[in-house]
Amino acid sequence: MYKYDSFDQQMVDTRVEEFRDQVERRLAGKITEDQFKPLRLKNGLYLQLHAYMLRVAVPYGTLNSEQMRMLAHIARKYDRGYGHFTTRQNIQYNWIKLEDAPDILADLATVEMHAIQTSGNCIRNISSDQYAGAAADEVADPRPYAELLRQWSSFHPEFNYLPRKFKFAVIAADEDRAAMRLHDIGIQIVRNDAGEIGARYYAGGGMGRTPMIAPLIREFVPIGELVSYAEAILRVYNRYGRRDNKYKARIKILVHEMGAEKFIEEVEAEFVHLQGQNIDAPAAELERIIAHFEEPAFESGLSEDIDRTDPDFAVWLDQNVDAHKRPGYAIATISLKPAGGIPGDASSAQMDLMADLAEQFSFDECRVTHSQNIVLPHVRKADLYALWQKLDEAGLASPNLDLISDIIACPGLDYCSLANARSIPVAQKIAKRFADIDRQKELGELKLKISGCINACGHHHAGHIGILGVDRKGTENYQLLLGGSGAEDVSLAKITGPGFDEDGIVDAIETVTDVYVAQREDDERFVDTYRRLGMAPFKEALYG
Amino acid sequence: MDNVLRFRDDEVHEEPAVTLDSFFGQSNATAVRLEDGEDARQLIPYLDRLALIEIGFSNFGDGRGYSAARILREHGYTGELRAQGDVLVDQLAFMQRCGFDSFAPEKPIDAADAQTALSRWDNVYQKAADDRTPIWSKRHG
Amino acid sequence: MKILTGNELKSGDVVWWTGYNWSRHVSDAIEVGDTVDQIIAREIAARTVSDCYTVDAERTDAGILPLHIKEKIRATGPTVRPDLKIAPPDPAAGNWVI
Repeated sequence: MYKYDSFDQQMVDTRVEEFRDQVERRLAGKITEDQFKPLRLKNGLYLQLHAYMLRVAVPYGTLNSEQMRMLAHIARKYDRGYGHFTTRQNIQYNWIKLEDAPDILADLATVEMHAIQTSGNCIRNISSDQYAGAAADEVADPRPYAELLRQWSSFHPEFNYLPRKFKFAVIAADEDRAAMRLHDIGIQIVRNDAGEIGARYYAGGGMGRTPMIAPLIREFVPIGELVSYAEAILRVYNRYGRRDNKYKARIKILVHEMGAEKFIEEVEAEFVHLQGQNIDAPAAELERIIAHFEEPAFESGLSEDIDRTDPDFAVWLDQNVDAHKRPGYAIATISLKPAGGIPGDASSAQMDLMADLAEQFSFDECRVTHSQNIVLPHVRKADLYALWQKLDEAGLASPNLDLISDIIACPGLDYCSLANARSIPVAQKIAKRFADIDRQKELGELKLKISGCINACGHHHAGHIGILGVDRKGTENYQLLLGGSGAEDVSLAKITGPGFDEDGIVDAIETVTDVYVAQREDDERFVDTYRRLGMAPFKEALYG
Repeated sequence: MDNVLRFRDDEVHEEPAVTLDSFFGQSNATAVRLEDGEDARQLIPYLDRLALIEIGFSNFGDGRGYSAARILREHGYTGELRAQGDVLVDQLAFMQRCGFDSFAPEKPIDAADAQTALSRWDNVYQKAADDRTPIWSKRHG
Repeated sequence: MKILTGNELKSGDVVWWTGYNWSRHVSDAIEVGDTVDQIIAREIAARTVSDCYTVDAERTDAGILPLHIKEKIRATGPTVRPDLKIAPPDPAAGNWVI
């Protein structure tokens, strides 16, 4: 894992002091709320429905146990004993006091964490593959490149007042576990025919009210120019992105309106200019960062055998454990989607336990996933049963990874001042309706994603089944969407037709899954059947 | 000029800045003003004879002027580069890094507050239009 | 009827205008009239609240409640965490020994 040097630590400490000064100026009346708002947002502090909300960055989703324990500590000391893991691998606290915020940031800084640029019209936390460093299919660990970009984007003087927020995802495998092409910039680390590492750049993806899949901008950027190419894209966006309408200000609209070809032309011209500006760090700097992500001390000669005697363990093993690149090891996902629970929420006690388990079983590392779960990336197969027993005791062993109850849901109207409808109760009702795990497994991989408003924080456009909550004449109403994907088979979901009320949407989910079960061929997933048959049979079953 | 915070040693340039349109209409102007979104690259052929370029910020959230400033510096402009308009104390450090060396905020900024803001950051992560050495360069001598 | 609400500046807590100060309990809210703009200006200037605004409300059996679901949830807490609901004021509060 990356470890701060004195420079990194000083940057974070300075930001804490700057923010403390900004909060003091606000409390003393030297600045107004209008002036303070953009300053607090640059540090992830929102005013939400019930209180201030603080979004803490988890860069590329990687945490060690000390950091996870600090997240638990903050939940206990400054909040109400829990936190919410988000689709961008961050954590949010819902009940923060403004006067505590500088102390919270100071506590975070002691474990090399921060809330820098977790909101505002700037480059946000850079997300990545939760299986980085453990997946068999990656060409390299993507996190060093994300870290290089994290440092470059932190306090970037030119790009802190962009037309709108800006999100990067960096992956290094063909399988996309980070919804890479639904980001403002998606980077896939690749090897070219000569065996050199480089970056494939996509730009102009996103969800929100105008979902777009990012087009390919450049097949191969030499790794030594990773940063200057990003700088070229950001500069073109900063100069030409729309500022007349905040709903049309994301880079996806610029790429769409300008046309990908013309956009690429502008970026390439800017890139040629910037190549003369000495923007990229030398290779030695990338090597320094890569050294931080060296593999842990994996043992060799480990047993591949797993005792499957306990049937409940076997169910979890089959569903929540993935292949690791090293023999004798596995990747285990801790589901934060217990039946009837709140997707992505974890109590401080659960965070402490996950920290202990990461320390004991996974070389002190855990990961936050974009589907709001936690991963222990390097578990010895021989330890899986012991791990499962501890998870099971704590209610963290739901065997539902990628099944219908592994729902992505935004906080919705229960917490969010932008929302039009609640998301969490709908997720809970669906999870209850499909509580039988055998039934869930029978339905197979089914990614269900719920947003409480058109901003799409719950990724409804990218769900095999998506749900969008809207306000219909003062009552909550839910639209159903089918056929999206945030993975390597990326696609955008389509609305089925008129919306449903809260109970109606749960029935509607059952209706469409019934159609799937009746119509599927071979081992088709829900989304495959939808793609083969189109919307018609689903629509017919829903609306008659 | 009372509100101008200037970080240059040369004489103050007295000639008022003209609009980009006027600049192209009169060949001898030495001071020009760019509004949000006007293309800084149009000035590249004239940088040698310009002593002052003023970049307007109609709204603090409109960051196009940061790119304009950096582009001018990257093309070798050495004259005064002034940020004018809705310029806030918490933005000064970013602006300075993009090449601005004078500030004419609509609402005056206390000189001591400006100094605090400009001297807060001992180090920087990236190369920009100022002469500061990025952290990555310090790490590798 | 209209009632006045905001978030307390320091804590961020949802608060309701009682006629002379702010309460965390919507049941303490009073109907506001023509002078509301002055109250808003004064309270923002005094930095007790970060912002405040009026919402439509009605008297119900459970006391005064905002009409719109968003403001109802603000008044009573997340519907999915009954343990975090704001407790109604203690009816015996008048007898507390402070």
